[in-house]
Amino acid sequence: MTVDISLEVNGSRVQGSVEPRLLLADFLRDELGLTGTHVGCEHGVCGACTIQLDGEPVRSCLMFAVQARGHRVETVEGLAPSPEELHPLQQAFHEHHALQCGFCTPGILMTMEALLRVTPAPTPEQVRTALSGNLCRCTGYQNIVTAVLETARRLERDGSPVEQASAP
Amino acid sequence: MKPAEFEYVAPATVEEALSYLGEHGDESKLLAGGQSLVPMMNFRLARPERLVDLNGIAGLSYIEHRDSHLAIGAMTRHRALEHSDLLAAGWPLITEAVGWIGHQQIRNRGTIGGSVAHADPAAELPVTLTALDARFRVRSHRGERTLACADFFASSFMTTLEPDEMLVEVEVPALPERSGSSFMEFARRHGDFGLGGAAVVLTTDGSGACSQARIALLAAAPVPVRAGAAEDLLVGSSLDDATLSAAADAAVEGLSPSGDIHGGTAYRLRLLRTMTHRALTTAARRSLGE
Repeated sequence: MTVDISLEVNGSRVQGSVEPRLLLADFLRDELGLTGTHVGCEHGVCGACTIQLDGEPVRSCLMFAVQARGHRVETVEGLAPSPEELHPLQQAFHEHHALQCGFCTPGILMTMEALLRVTPAPTPEQVRTALSGNLCRCTGYQNIVTAVLETARRLERDGSPVEQASAP
Repeated sequence: MKPAEFEYVAPATVEEALSYLGEHGDESKLLAGGQSLVPMMNFRLARPERLVDLNGIAGLSYIEHRDSHLAIGAMTRHRALEHSDLLAAGWPLITEAVGWIGHQQIRNRGTIGGSVAHADPAAELPVTLTALDARFRVRSHRGERTLACADFFASSFMTTLEPDEMLVEVEVPALPERSGSSFMEFARRHGDFGLGGAAVVLTTDGSGACSQARIALLAAAPVPVRAGAAEDLLVGSSLDDATLSAAADAAVEGLSPSGDIHGGTAYRLRLLRTMTHRALTTAARRSLGE
């Protein structure tokens, strides 16, 4: 038995015919080819599969694709404004060495983007609390916190962090 | 792993859900926030034949002040509880406890009804609601009943809900004047399951004597338990240090929380005693307006 679904992913309307047991994470990866969303633990602990559902970070391994019917989904592929330009958070992660193997990075970016939207000037403590649902086994988190705080500072300063960063 | 096959229905109204449960309740599982059920399905620890998704039902998500009590719709998400001014002002114990539930990604999906019906003895809301003397409104196609916590939680992950019944609302009485509450929990990492904890509400009269004490313990037994002996000890006292300490001892007497790789029975008992003592001390201070 399959169910027809229609939802918005990264601003585009997508359709699919899915088995009810298909997890949203697997729908994004296997049906839509959006493999930026990573599948780690499949029980909601690691945070690698974090996406945004109607603007809020959620675990895409703990939802069925059929439940996203009629909703708005954002994945890491939707972050960068163009293929040539990184999202401010991605730029800061790049500059501050906030990733090593990169497996956890998409989930962390989706969590942090939501944090900065609601809390534009977070304290280091707020960043760490928001980060607590995403495991990273490489970085020790320090550089992630630094990159997020730097992004917040740049966004507050001029709202155009990438250009500002590359200006002389 | 991936979940086993199931039949999926998404009713649009409570009535539709109830009529479906009336027919297929035995093989059905209700899907609320899915933050406990879906992991179990991913591991195939749970293999429901049918899943009744409640997320499409409008009108089950609300936090309302009604006369002398609070009414919370079963599909109200933890995030809504966390950010509710109404709760922060009148039922701060709930606000405090919700901060301990998983992580924000989990709280964005998880629901109060799901947590209560899942009946995990280490979960924050069942214990908190037990300390608050909450009542659970339950409906089926046959009618409706309202259950007190003691009549609702049956054992670890077991409630007295019949297969055709559904939890629709949580009712929480208002706290008397001069009440102070506190929720304390210990977990190895923030967001992990609590190894031990306590939810406490203390009420004092005008002279500073304790008029009511409510203590519920987390991860102490197969169900959230009230520490009756400790409550009796506190009522009438001036909530002095010696009494609070004696009450913490009394709260854990006779308990035997089952140990596992995260902590043995003796360790958990000490933890429960410490958390209870801290919660009592904090609640007493708050009740006395200090």
